[in-house]
Amino acid sequence: MSKRHPLFLPLILAGGLVFGFGLAYSHMARPEVVLQFLQLEDFGLLFVMGGAAVVTATVFALATRADGRAPLTGRVYRRRMRSLDRNVLAGGLIFGVGWGITGICPGAAYASLGVGNLPILWAFVGMFVGAYLQGAVRGRRADTDTPAASAD
Amino acid sequence: MELTAVSAATGGLLQVATGGLLQVATGGLGQAGEPALAAAAPEPVFQSVLSVFGGILADPFPNGIGRYAVGGLLVGLGAAIIYLGTGIIAGASTFLESTLSYVSGKPRFQRWRASRDWRVVFTLGIVGGAAVYALVFQGGPWMTEVQWWRLLGGGVLVGAGTRLGKGCTSGHGVCGVGSASVTSIVNVVTFIAVAVGTALLVQTLGVTP
Repeated sequence: MSKRHPLFLPLILAGGLVFGFGLAYSHMARPEVVLQFLQLEDFGLLFVMGGAAVVTATVFALATRADGRAPLTGRVYRRRMRSLDRNVLAGGLIFGVGWGITGICPGAAYASLGVGNLPILWAFVGMFVGAYLQGAVRGRRADTDTPAASAD
Repeated sequence: MELTAVSAATGGLLQVATGGLLQVATGGLGQAGEPALAAAAPEPVFQSVLSVFGGILADPFPNGIGRYAVGGLLVGLGAAIIYLGTGIIAGASTFLESTLSYVSGKPRFQRWRASRDWRVVFTLGIVGGAAVYALVFQGGPWMTEVQWWRLLGGGVLVGAGTRLGKGCTSGHGVCGVGSASVTSIVNVVTFIAVAVGTALLVQTLGVTP
């Protein structure tokens, strides 16, 4: 990790800027708009998730087929695959309840801070506490649980 | 014109169906021996369910689709920039655990050590990009009306659930679905269905926005 390409962090920052601008432009940084979707009043969110997935699907398909490596890291291009287990369902359920209560998800919360929404810091505290609690509980419960091989 | 007629007809059908359900519900509860309370209670619930479905069928996109579609394409573009340059599929929620490795020695968080610095940069980028939007288009800060206790309590569930479930709306919803990953699709369907049910329940309980 010490021999990173000098453009690695600048590129991550550039990608994050576009990502965050898009979240704000789509109004996903506003919990009220997400809640309007979840309360079945405005289905626009489907176009945000769908529009983004169309772009990633296209890029993933082209890059994995091209058989090349990423210029800044030398990594082989792969798709995002995770094993399906009980945690995926339980996590989706817990996240769903939280999303339904607040209208925020992690990325949108970061963007929400960017649009000046200071009260979102409550959600930041909550998310860190939640992430810590699940890590602490799982760390104690299952040492057999295989740590994720991927570092992404 | 045709669309309006169709949704009006659908609304009518819903009304008929809901009316029937109401009769069954109040009749059944009446026999159970608690008529006064039970007969009064279900009606507003059914009415609100009816109005929700009637409204969304008549106008699914009250704010148009432009801002949503353009914003979504930009979100995908941001993920694509990072992917093409580095081969990394960046999700937003891992930042929560990787940043905890700065303050906690637990192995669960320390395993993110190698990526924790760029994840901070990624998150700062998201904050910065949204700030650029706010400066250019919003003309000042925007603040939510959602109560602090909802943000805090719901935030705990969001933090725990996304990490337990191996990803969030960006990791599973955007990149996982873009990878046609069955795991991600199962996760996304689960959290959307549960969130819709939860949000409707919160609304029914009279908590706004």
